[in-house]
Amino acid sequence: MSDKGSIDIDYLANLARIELTDKERELFSSQLADILGYFEQLNQVDVSGVEPMAHAFQVENVLREDESVEGFDANTAVEHAAAKRNHMVQVPKVVEG
Amino acid sequence: MEYEVVIGLEVHVQVRTKSKIFTSVGVGFGCDPNTLTDPVVLGFPGALPVINKEAVEKSVKVGMLLQSEIPEVTKWDRKNYFYPDSPKNYQISQFDQPICEGGKVEIELPGPSRNVMGEHKWIELTRAHLEEDVGKLNHFDGYSLVDYNRAGTPLLEIVSEPVLHAPDEAFAYLNALRMLMIYGDISDCDMEKGQMRCDANISIRPAGQEELGVKVEIKNMNSISGVRNGLAYEIERQIQTVKAGGAIVQETRGWDAAKNVTYHMRFKEESHDYRYFPDPDLMPVRIDDAWRKRIAATIPERPYDRQRRYYEDYDLPFTVTSVLVPDPKLCTFFEEAAKACGKARQAANWLMNNLLGELGNAGLSLSESKIKPAHIAELVNLIEEGAISKNIAKEQVFGTMFETGDMPAAIVEEKGLKQSNDTTELEPVCQEVIDANPGPVAEIQAGNDKAINFLKGQVMKATRGKANPALVDQVLKELIDKKG
Amino acid sequence: MAVDLHFKTLSELQALLSAGELSSVELTQALVDRKEAVDDKVQAFNSLDKEQAIAQAEAADQRRAAGSVLGPLDGIPIGLKDVISVKGQPLTCSSKMLENFVSPYDATATTHLKVAGAVLSGRLNMDEFAMGSSTENSAFKTTVNPWDLERVAGGSSGGSAAAVSAGAVPVSLGSDTGGSIRQPASFCGVVGFKPTYGRVSRFGLVAYASSLDQIGPFGRSVKDVATVLQTIAGHDPKDSTSIEQDVPDYAGAIESNKSPWKLGIPKEYFGEGLDPEVKASIQSAIDWYADQGCEIHEVTLPHMDLAVAVYYIIATAEASSNLARYDGVRYTHRSKDAENAIDLYFKSRAEGFGEEVKRRIILGTYVLSSGYYDAYYLRAQKVRTLIRLDFMKAYETVDALLTPTSPFVSFKAGEKNEDPLAMYLSDIYTISANLAGIPGISIPCGLNSEGLPVGLQIQGKPFGEADLLAIANAYEEAHDYSSQHPSL
Ligand SMILES: [Mg+2]
Ligand SMILES: [Zn+2]
Repeated sequence: MSDKGSIDIDYLANLARIELTDKERELFSSQLADILGYFEQLNQVDVSGVEPMAHAFQVENVLREDESVEGFDANTAVEHAAAKRNHMVQVPKVVEG
Repeated sequence: MEYEVVIGLEVHVQVRTKSKIFTSVGVGFGCDPNTLTDPVVLGFPGALPVINKEAVEKSVKVGMLLQSEIPEVTKWDRKNYFYPDSPKNYQISQFDQPICEGGKVEIELPGPSRNVMGEHKWIELTRAHLEEDVGKLNHFDGYSLVDYNRAGTPLLEIVSEPVLHAPDEAFAYLNALRMLMIYGDISDCDMEKGQMRCDANISIRPAGQEELGVKVEIKNMNSISGVRNGLAYEIERQIQTVKAGGAIVQETRGWDAAKNVTYHMRFKEESHDYRYFPDPDLMPVRIDDAWRKRIAATIPERPYDRQRRYYEDYDLPFTVTSVLVPDPKLCTFFEEAAKACGKARQAANWLMNNLLGELGNAGLSLSESKIKPAHIAELVNLIEEGAISKNIAKEQVFGTMFETGDMPAAIVEEKGLKQSNDTTELEPVCQEVIDANPGPVAEIQAGNDKAINFLKGQVMKATRGKANPALVDQVLKELIDKKG
Repeated sequence: MAVDLHFKTLSELQALLSAGELSSVELTQALVDRKEAVDDKVQAFNSLDKEQAIAQAEAADQRRAAGSVLGPLDGIPIGLKDVISVKGQPLTCSSKMLENFVSPYDATATTHLKVAGAVLSGRLNMDEFAMGSSTENSAFKTTVNPWDLERVAGGSSGGSAAAVSAGAVPVSLGSDTGGSIRQPASFCGVVGFKPTYGRVSRFGLVAYASSLDQIGPFGRSVKDVATVLQTIAGHDPKDSTSIEQDVPDYAGAIESNKSPWKLGIPKEYFGEGLDPEVKASIQSAIDWYADQGCEIHEVTLPHMDLAVAVYYIIATAEASSNLARYDGVRYTHRSKDAENAIDLYFKSRAEGFGEEVKRRIILGTYVLSSGYYDAYYLRAQKVRTLIRLDFMKAYETVDALLTPTSPFVSFKAGEKNEDPLAMYLSDIYTISANLAGIPGISIPCGLNSEGLPVGLQIQGKPFGEADLLAIANAYEEAHDYSSQHPSL
């Protein structure tokens, strides 16, 4: 994590599917560099043998029985979609990729 | 140059549950669009997933059927990528601690002819992991419509090692997997309903070369035969490309079943950086010994173990096992009938040669059949006891039994079909036939034994088949001898 | 009606309702009036459906008339941070992305409030998707501090803190991912409580960072937040991270659990960067507890200074994934300029998200991306374990920890906008509780020389809410800070 400054902002924006303005690209690049620089201090800690923590309190086997209930009616499901047709959400042409 | 083909398959099997994997809305096919949805399925703000226990249990069961290792603890991860059919733009899946690790599947390759069993092989598996399905995109001119009904359906992704070497092996592998899923009551694996989907990784290399060739991924092969055809096309395409001096590029291709070709979809460079990380909304699942034992108790005999048992215990021919074994319900039917009459081959023959055909003609399934194992067993016994002939059974009993579900003995009784074993009744009939057919009689007297069949047929006709053929034979011979 | 109805505590209002001296409709109307009088200045509310609130109040009055009061919250107006779902109400998260979204379902906390008869009165402003420490990141408006309109209310639950502080609701709900309840409570001079992770269901709370988020109450007194917590706490089968633990009787615990407590002073909270006046206030609180006979222990949380780094890795990573669903497809803002489905994402997200949200999504995307996961995310998860262990070690000796809630009092609007890292560092005292999953409360601890509130933070053991409330209540009862109100 020492290659700060080498942030590929376009790669990240593409992964995150956010179109950035030139101003944002510049601003974020430099701010991210600062922040990643700040993160460097984590390198000073010895974490060997330390379990990573994915949950504040980890319990196990939180499961539900396989019982089914009624779902949304078709109108509710697509109520807030910006475009819809035949109770389905309409999107512009999907290009493969 | 000879080329070796290397194929690995990723198969998604829909695990049969009543409700979705992470919420209580029902699972279904062919429902009105977006009615099998709720805040969780649609990824509405604030919605949270809760694991369906049945999906976990069935997946463990699959792992046991596949002889996988079931790790103590399994957990859920998010696979991040954007696509309009994905409600959250991440898929809840499993990354580094899948529910099943390793495993193997026994397959049966096609034999040299339809009547001869092919070679059996074991196909090694990498893993199987449990995940949620996405919605369905319907494409139109200039726009697409999304139906999220399928989103959140539990899928088990079974990944094979790259150890398959021919389209036929892939075909056999998928059939074997499908049989296992049906045996385990996991899924019907109806590919048309999307209950089983298959992607393939395929490469070729000069025979003898260690290093793997460039890998191409094939998608959209929507039937088991489609997989065989798609792979066959792709192998040929790759070999021709290399022979023509070209190079194989790492890419994803789609199978167009109508045109019978694979086509370019995207290059690997465009592939995703999925940013897997543990799903903070879901807790790990520990499968302890008690739970394991409970599931293990439900593991059925595997298909090819059953096939071997049928050879050994019942001495059935391959032509019969190859029909019975893929269908566990048919097997149960057969075994019950065989057990009830003690004559496995005969019971199997009645099933194969008569019942399946009648059901097919009537468009009925085995469970809808009015003929039950007890009917077949009784029928076999009636023939064995000489109460009726095979012909009578076939022509006069079976059809009625199929229509009405009446027991064969009752039908025989009611129709008066019981075979006549009384020589005093038979003698006059036989005498009449002898008298009416001097020609054949003369032939018999001249030493042509086969001519007696004609006379026998006449007697059977006159008795409407009720006569015991062996007895007719005996009486005719005696009368002709006497006539001398 | 009494002129100062709007600054009464929940318990006082409850008493008036029970005595028949006040109806819920009168109360609700008075608070609606108060909101209309002051919110032009404070900007705490995103929306308030007056008719709905009055209708709920009428129903409460009818129950009261029929002698079937549902409990201490029956007929009491409560404001909700605009990140908690109420069926049929807007759920904007103060984002353009969800500007027109109306939730089709109730959060579990909402269901509990409805069952208790509370009047759900108003959607409260916040930093967009709860990302921020000043409520300046709202797409709609900046909530300001009722004590000084040039200063921030804190964040991200700035609206929830300011609405209580300004007298527009007696109690409210917020959410706390890195201090988003405690810090604004401290800035606005009210009580704010972040429960143990898993104590209150997150179902229906719009996720920012799922492993850190927790709903909690704001109020004018410790007892008031205890009453609200009592109502919303408990295991929820719809939230796999909610913990199956009995909910104790908090009011009873406040009465019965008395000093002396063993209290820890983590030295890492008193170093560089702590405002001297804040330090002095906290020190006087520590001295007060000592005077009551409490054992005061200096303790150490050696990994504290790493908490901000750990937090901004874990929170942004989770956020980058949690916010992927806001994509222009099913229910969010959709760009009108998109030519294809992929373009739809890029443009809708560019238009729908504000700058801070974009910055955190990009950062979170980075720390999870191929080649960086182990160095950032995985490492942060391990240091998180160390931070948690620090707290558990401290709790072997002490019942709770006394610290400032924030290194400083409320700052001027715009002051930290240009420097995200400086803004992130302002959460330094609150985020480790979220990382460790432990509960924490901020209570008023006097005003500084400029008349701005200072907050005392008390952090407790996992599921030690009852102790924490008792410790906080003792201090509150002995001081009149909670009765100080801003003049608006
Ligand atoms: Mg895969
Ligand atoms: Zn998959």
